[in-house]
Amino acid sequence: MSSVKIELRQDQVDKIHSICDSFGNQEGELINVLHKCQSTFGYLPAEVQEVISEKMEMPAAKVYGVVTFYSFFTMIPKGKHPISICTGTACYVRGAETVLNEFKKQLEIEVGETCEDGIFSLSCLRCVGACGLAPVVQVGDKTYGRVAPDDVKGIIEAYTG
Amino acid sequence: MSLVKLTIDGNKVEVPAGTTIYKAAKQLDIDIPILCYMDLKDLNIENKPGGCRICSVEVEGRRNLAPSCSTAVAEDMLVRTNSMRVINARRTVMELILSDHPKDCLSCAKAGNCDLQDMAVLLGIREIPGQEYAEMSTYRLDTSPSIIRDLDKCIMCRRCETMCNDFQTVGALHAVNRGFEAVVAPAFEMNLEHSPCTYCGQCVAVCPTGALTEVDHTGKVIAALNDPTKTVVVQTAPAVRAALGEEFGMEPGTRVTGQMVTALKQLGFDYVFDTDFAADLTIMEEGTELLGRLKRHLEGDESVQLPILTSCCPGWVNFFEYNYPDLKDVPSTARSPQQMFGAIAKTYFADKIEVDRKDMVVISIMPCLAKKYECQRDEFSVDGNPDVDFSISTRELAHLIKQANMDLNKLEEDDFDAPLGESSGAAVIFGATGGVIEAATRTAYELQTGKTLEKVDFKQLRGMEGIRSATVDFDGLDINIGIAHGLGNARKLLDEVKAGKSKYHAIEVMACPGGCIGGGGQPLHHGDASILKARTKAIYKEDEGKTIRKSHENPYILKLYDEFLGEPLSEKAHELLHTHYFDKRKKIFQV
Repeated sequence: MSSVKIELRQDQVDKIHSICDSFGNQEGELINVLHKCQSTFGYLPAEVQEVISEKMEMPAAKVYGVVTFYSFFTMIPKGKHPISICTGTACYVRGAETVLNEFKKQLEIEVGETCEDGIFSLSCLRCVGACGLAPVVQVGDKTYGRVAPDDVKGIIEAYTG
Repeated sequence: MSLVKLTIDGNKVEVPAGTTIYKAAKQLDIDIPILCYMDLKDLNIENKPGGCRICSVEVEGRRNLAPSCSTAVAEDMLVRTNSMRVINARRTVMELILSDHPKDCLSCAKAGNCDLQDMAVLLGIREIPGQEYAEMSTYRLDTSPSIIRDLDKCIMCRRCETMCNDFQTVGALHAVNRGFEAVVAPAFEMNLEHSPCTYCGQCVAVCPTGALTEVDHTGKVIAALNDPTKTVVVQTAPAVRAALGEEFGMEPGTRVTGQMVTALKQLGFDYVFDTDFAADLTIMEEGTELLGRLKRHLEGDESVQLPILTSCCPGWVNFFEYNYPDLKDVPSTARSPQQMFGAIAKTYFADKIEVDRKDMVVISIMPCLAKKYECQRDEFSVDGNPDVDFSISTRELAHLIKQANMDLNKLEEDDFDAPLGESSGAAVIFGATGGVIEAATRTAYELQTGKTLEKVDFKQLRGMEGIRSATVDFDGLDINIGIAHGLGNARKLLDEVKAGKSKYHAIEVMACPGGCIGGGGQPLHHGDASILKARTKAIYKEDEGKTIRKSHENPYILKLYDEFLGEPLSEKAHELLHTHYFDKRKKIFQV
C-alpha cells in the first residue's frame, strides 16, 4: 500500500461526495466513481478510498479490492512528468526493454513508482498506434520515437536541466 | 418449478431447473470433491466463486470442463464426474494449488483438520511436479489478539470473505490484488487490529487451510499450571460442554459437563469453576438495569434509552463500537459473564482464599475467539493485571486434554467447585441464541410482578431463525423482545433502533450462528446446522435437569450480594461488573 499519508481538505472531501452522489451512491457504480476520483486527484490514496467507502456505505476492504484489481487504478501519485514506455509487440521486438531498463537505472525507480522528488514516474503501456516509430516513449503529452538506451539521459535532462 | 432430467455417471436423475450439477450429483449420492465451495444451507450462506476448479466435471458436447458447484443442469445433460480426463484435470489443479502452498504440514496449526490436506490425500497426490521451479507468493504474518492470518496458506477460496461480508456484514476481509498476488485482506492490507474485524472467528471456522487460525494459548496454560507460585482458576462457558465431546468422537449434542470438570481437575487446575455462575450474576445486573430503564420509560422519562441491548457477546460489542458508535449508550453496561467472573474471582474469591490477585491466574474456556481479545481490553485490568489472564477455545481445550493422555469418553463425572461453580438453568441457556433474554425474562418477570412464574420455559424465544421476536406478558404489561444471531441480522435490528423505529424493549444479539454453540472457537461444524441444533438441544436439556432454573434463586449469587456486592447496580457492582463502550471508528486505519 501507499506509505504516503495525506490529509484531505474539506473541499476535497466535498468533491468526492459530489462524485459519489452523481452516480447515485450505487454499489454497481463503484468503478465509475473511482475513475472520476482518479482523474480528479491523479491517484487514489487510501484516504480518498475511505471517504468513498463511508459515503457509499460499503466496506473499505471492498473498495481497496477493486482499486488493486484493475491496473488502471493507482495509489501512488504520478510524477510531474509521467514517463510511459510502450512495451507492445512492435516496440518490444525493437528493444523497448533495454530502453525501459535504462530509465529504471537512471531514475532509480521501478515500473509503477514515482521518484522521491516527484518529478518522474515510470509506467508501461501497450501500443500507442505509432509502431512505425518503435520503440516509443511518452513523457506527458510528448512522444519520442526510435528511442535507444543512449537517448534516455538526454530525454530526462530535457525536463530537469 | 419445472424439472430437468439429466444423467450423471450413467445414473438418471430429475431435479428442479436451476439446480447445480454438484447438488444433482448429491441426490445420487455421488460426492464430487469440493474445496472452495461451501454450502451452509440452513444459514442461507452459499460460497460458490467457482475458483478452485476441483469440482470440475465433463459435460458431453461441452469443449471445456465445467465447475459443477456453479454450473446449472440442463435437459438431457450427460455428465461424467469420474472420467480419466476429469480425474487428471482435478489432480493438475490440486498440484498447481499445492505448488504455491507451504509444505510445513507437520507443524501447521490446521494439521489433521485441513480440507486441503484431506483433498491431497483423496486425490492421491504423491509429488508436486515442477515444484523446485515454482515461486511462492508470500505475505506478512498478521497476529491479532484473537486471530492469526498466515496468508501464505490462503488458497483464495474466499469462504472467509463470504462469512465476513454476506453473513456478518462486517466487511473486514475482501479479495485484493490480482493473479499470483491475490489474497484476502483488510483494506489497504492493514492488520486485522486496524480493520472493522470483530474477532467473531467465523472466518476461522470456515477456513479450509491454516490461513486463518486462532491465537493458541495452550502453551501459556501449561506454563501457568506448572508454576507453583500461581493459583490457577478456570471457568468454562455454557456452550463448551455441549460441543467438546465432538472432538472425542461423540455424537453432536452429547453433554460432557461432568467429564470436562474431571479433565480440568486432572490437568491440575486448582479451582474448576463455571462461567455460568457469572451468567447468573449478569442476569441480576442486566435484568435490574432493564427493569430500571423500563420503569423510567413507563413514568415518561424521555431520556431513557430503550430497547436495552444485551452485552454478553464480545464480537457483538466490537461490532456496535465500530458500526454504531452513536448508539453506544443503548447496550446494557453489564460486562460479559467471562469478565464478571474474572472480576469476582480476583476480588471476592481471592480474598476468601487469601491469595494476592497477582498470584492468581484466571483462565477461561470459551466457544469464542473474540473472548481472547475481550480479556485483553485495558478496562478489564487492575494496575496492568487482567481480570481474566487468557482465554482458550473449546478446540484448544480438547488439545490439552488429548495431550494429557485423557479420553473424555472414559472419564468419570465430577462437580464444579464451590462457590463460583454453582449455577442455575437460566445460566446454562446463555449458550444458545435466545437464551440470555430467556434467562433475563425469568428473573425480570418475577422481580417486576412479584409473582412466581408457573412455567419457566419461554419456547417462543427459542429457535434458529436469524431474527425472532416475541411478546411476553409481564402480568398485563407487554414486553416486546427481539433476538438476532449473526451480525448481519443484528444490523437489521440496529438500523431500526437508529431510525427510532424499533418496537422492542429488549434485544438479544449473538454474533455467531446459533449463538455461542456455533462460536468461532467451537469444534468445526462444516456448515452442518443439524450439529448446531443438537448442541442447542443439549443446552436446554441441561437447563431442564437443574433444580434451580432462575438466576435470582442461585444461593451462591445471593450470598455474593449479601457478603460483598450489596445489591444489583450498587457502587461496588458498578465498579466490578459494569463497563463503558468506545467509538472504535476513530481507531481504525490509524497506524
